[in-house]
Amino acid sequence: MALSFECQHDYPTGFQLRAQFTAPGGVTALVGPSGSGKTTILAVLAGLLSPQQAFIRLGDRVLCDTQRGVYVKPEQRGIGMVFQDLCLFPHLSVRQNLQYGTRWCGSGRLSFDRVVQMLEIGDLLARQPHTLSGGQRQRVALGRALLRGPKLLLLDEPLSALDEPLQDRIITYLERVLAEYPLPTLLVTHHLTQVRRLASQVLRVQGGRVTPITADAAPSHPDSD
Amino acid sequence: MFTSAEIDAIQLSLLVATVAVVASLPLGIGLGWLLARRQFRGKSVVETLLHMPLVLPPVVTGYLLLVVFGRHGWLGEPLERWLGIRLVFDWKGAALAAAVAAFPLMVRSIRLAFSGVDPRLVQAARTLGASRWNAFRTVTLPLASHGIVAGAVLAFARSLGEFGATIMIAGNIPSVTQTIPLLVYSELETPGGLEQARGIVMVSIALAAGALATGEYLERRGRARLGTIHD
Repeated sequence: MALSFECQHDYPTGFQLRAQFTAPGGVTALVGPSGSGKTTILAVLAGLLSPQQAFIRLGDRVLCDTQRGVYVKPEQRGIGMVFQDLCLFPHLSVRQNLQYGTRWCGSGRLSFDRVVQMLEIGDLLARQPHTLSGGQRQRVALGRALLRGPKLLLLDEPLSALDEPLQDRIITYLERVLAEYPLPTLLVTHHLTQVRRLASQVLRVQGGRVTPITADAAPSHPDSD
Repeated sequence: MFTSAEIDAIQLSLLVATVAVVASLPLGIGLGWLLARRQFRGKSVVETLLHMPLVLPPVVTGYLLLVVFGRHGWLGEPLERWLGIRLVFDWKGAALAAAVAAFPLMVRSIRLAFSGVDPRLVQAARTLGASRWNAFRTVTLPLASHGIVAGAVLAFARSLGEFGATIMIAGNIPSVTQTIPLLVYSELETPGGLEQARGIVMVSIALAAGALATGEYLERRGRARLGTIHD
């Protein structure tokens, strides 16, 4: 399912987002220095930020067309998102967090038991988020986004808070999930390892502009360019 | 142990404080959320008006309530004519005075509680399919609930002690509008009143302390459940 994205948005601070790209499917990595507009792109896609001008189409469905006044609400977009700081609901158990999306959308095409098994979080279901380790919280956030049954998955620097060995394990989980459920995915990351292992397309975001590059050309540390 | 006037005053105080809190809580939640989450024209005016009962002399608050809710007041007259609700010299007037006096404390606590809820949690709920209302109901409200309870309990304790505005709008009628503070005032005006009022004063202190302790306990329990404190 292809994604078309065009957006113009000016912040009061003077920052201008002028982004245009297509993502044909698979995993598309967005790399670039901090403050370049990567997270803003995800927020516009998810419907969490209303842009001044935008046209967003996912498959044959237009999610946002400012010229025609089309704006699909976040809850109706079918876009799953794993936030940088995960945003697990602290008042709900792991099981309730995982099932939160299915309360509103019904059970998606993914089985709860299968996702729990694949992410190895079966032992955590009765626990509260603040009792989990970083890696466990990461897997619960990923499972919660998947169980909503999204048509597009957004991962905002999903591994930034983890140390390297743990990052490697989570990437393995991500590979496993995306092999079983091949969802179009946008991955915002600062890590070349993630780009090389997961992404089929790499987009460089800099100063609010997006340009495609090859995975090999991705900077080893995007902040350095 | 207690005279019938004292028992009536205790029961009336509890009724007045409960009605004051229950009736003003939905408005307190709405206003607390609005002030915590939204920027709008006239916000500072709303905040000033909200805090006025904290700094106005209570009899001035009572005077204003009489002007608005008196039998010939802007709202008092239509209320009595159309709905048969009379607030002057009635326990409902005492509840109104208590609600107005306690409202700033309630909203302050609720506003702080809403400000403490990470807005990204609401965004996460929206991406998971929750409408704006469902996200508020299932994420914002439960996460702010300890502050809402604390605000309600604080308002309850404040309502129990309301005196100046109450005596202006509801008077001091035994068994009808005479709450604990009004009874203490009446007893002190009689010979030997200092001795006589000792029992009801102890009840007043116990009720206020009990309400505050309950509020503190509920707030700590709520925060511990969310993992923000561990005890």
